[in-house]
Amino acid sequence: MSRLIRDFLLGLVVAGAVAASVPAFAESSLLNVSYDVARDFYKDYNPMFQKHWKAKTGEAVELKQSHAGSSKQVRAVADGLEADVVTMNQASDVDFLVEKGLVIKDYAKKFPNNASPYTSTMVFIVRKGNPKALQDWPDLVKPGVQVILPHPKSTGNGRYSYLAAWGFALKQPGGNDKTAQEFVSKLLRNAPLFAAGGRDATTTFMQRKIGDVLISFESEAELIAKEFGKGEFDVVYPSLSILTEFPVAIVEKVVDKRGTRKLAQEYLDYLWSKEGQENAAQNYLRPRDAELLKKFAAQFPAIKTFTVDEVFGGWPKAYPAHFKDGGTFDQIYQSK
Amino acid sequence: MANAEPRWLRWALTGIALAFLFLFLALPLLAVFGEALAGGWRAFFAALKDREALSAIGLTLFIALFVLPFNVVIGVAAAWAIAKFDFRGKSLLITLIDLPFAVSPVVVGLVFLLIFGAQGLFGPWLSAHDIKVVFAVPGMVLVTLFITFPFVARELIPLMQAQGKDEEEAAISLGATGWQMFRRVTLPNIKWGLLYGVILANARAMGEFGAVSVVSGHIRGETNTLPLHVEILYNEYNAVGAFASASVLALLALVTLVAKTLVEWQMRKETEMLDTALTPEKVDQESETRP
Repeated sequence: MSRLIRDFLLGLVVAGAVAASVPAFAESSLLNVSYDVARDFYKDYNPMFQKHWKAKTGEAVELKQSHAGSSKQVRAVADGLEADVVTMNQASDVDFLVEKGLVIKDYAKKFPNNASPYTSTMVFIVRKGNPKALQDWPDLVKPGVQVILPHPKSTGNGRYSYLAAWGFALKQPGGNDKTAQEFVSKLLRNAPLFAAGGRDATTTFMQRKIGDVLISFESEAELIAKEFGKGEFDVVYPSLSILTEFPVAIVEKVVDKRGTRKLAQEYLDYLWSKEGQENAAQNYLRPRDAELLKKFAAQFPAIKTFTVDEVFGGWPKAYPAHFKDGGTFDQIYQSK
Repeated sequence: MANAEPRWLRWALTGIALAFLFLFLALPLLAVFGEALAGGWRAFFAALKDREALSAIGLTLFIALFVLPFNVVIGVAAAWAIAKFDFRGKSLLITLIDLPFAVSPVVVGLVFLLIFGAQGLFGPWLSAHDIKVVFAVPGMVLVTLFITFPFVARELIPLMQAQGKDEEEAAISLGATGWQMFRRVTLPNIKWGLLYGVILANARAMGEFGAVSVVSGHIRGETNTLPLHVEILYNEYNAVGAFASASVLALLALVTLVAKTLVEWQMRKETEMLDTALTPEKVDQESETRP
């Protein structure tokens, strides 16, 4: 029996060694809490920034990443996950941190371009050859077309898809809130189900072969191609769509406590550098830099877009009007 | 024993059971390995040699190895108290031990957040003293400890109750100290049951997702365990990586299953040996006492 105890102690020592090999909290480190599909972007960006920081200050810096669903991530930050910076895919998630007093109110003005270093837009992913000839939003509300999108109430992609359709209808001749609600209601009626998230919607469409069209981020179409093969689907750009912004912010409380304000500021500033912008383009995110956007024009077809600010007066207005309990989504869904 | 059911019915029922077994147990397992190897062996091993994957495996093993000794000590102590003594509040203690089985793991995680999170009960104090519990390894160890707590105790209580306290009382009356009695009498009696409980607790500790997910913070290379790593890779459209990691978990499960079977087999063998050893002795004693 004492052998069993000895083995346990031995195991603990081994485990301790394993744990020690996990890098401990170094003096100069930064934690970036981000949404789930941002990993490829920051995997390339972090080494670039480490080099930049070393050249600038001579210091080595350790960069740590945390990725998960964005709403879950900001909740964790509010509960004490010590993020120096947050890099999200929707302003409403950062607004949550403003509410909790962790991020300053006018964070969007602290960096250029509404604090969003790159953008994307919502596009249609259709079956190979586009058998149902779906070209624009009105094709999606035709009877017999099945539309796949994540749940508009609980996911970022879903909310963007919903607002994209709403904004399109609003901008048509004679369009108003009533016609827009009717249009979106028809669209939702064509959804056989609501997926739990972006990845789940993709699996539903690509693997389970449900639906005729999947509404998704332009940038995510490339990830889908990576997993399922480029020839498996076509990407269709509607005549008008929503510009999706990816706001970044410094978490005030944490950088003050850890003394990492300068590092955090530089980390986010560098996103707007030539290198940072080019990295965005290489990860299929539309760079803000006009020159680079031109250079990668083949990858980013011209598309007319509107922002949430322009059409809906910003997320703090759009969110309660459409997605809170009793909002337009609930109204549509209850009468469905 | 003769069987009343017609032959075809027996075959049909067996067939249904086997088909069910295949569909719900074997097929998913095969699918995991199939997906993991979809990109070839090279991609499979590359996914596992990834620094973040290795650290996830390391952290998973560390948490399990850290949690198990606690489980053994506390589980044996609790089972000992419950099986060998009568005291007030005993049934309350048993209920408390069962609590982790009854509560959903996600709720367990949230409760720990409510206690140790920044907006929680001890949050401000912990933050002021720069102690990290949630979104760090200590929190993950704590929730795993909570989740796996019942396994050892639950396994030992019926065993110890069945064994009774005669042997221990005999040891004490022959002059053994408490520790001697425990080491020479109690422990040998329960060792297989204990091992069985430890194996089950280990499997749960390594596979736990819900509670750990809530308190982990998902920091790559630091607070990511294997089950969390699988989910994240899958959401990032890295199917090969996700299923390669999942196959490691599946392998751990298979090893656990084999170990569990071996222990069960050993337990049965020992009780059988004990039975055959005891029976003739009893007969002898009886014939001796009977003049």
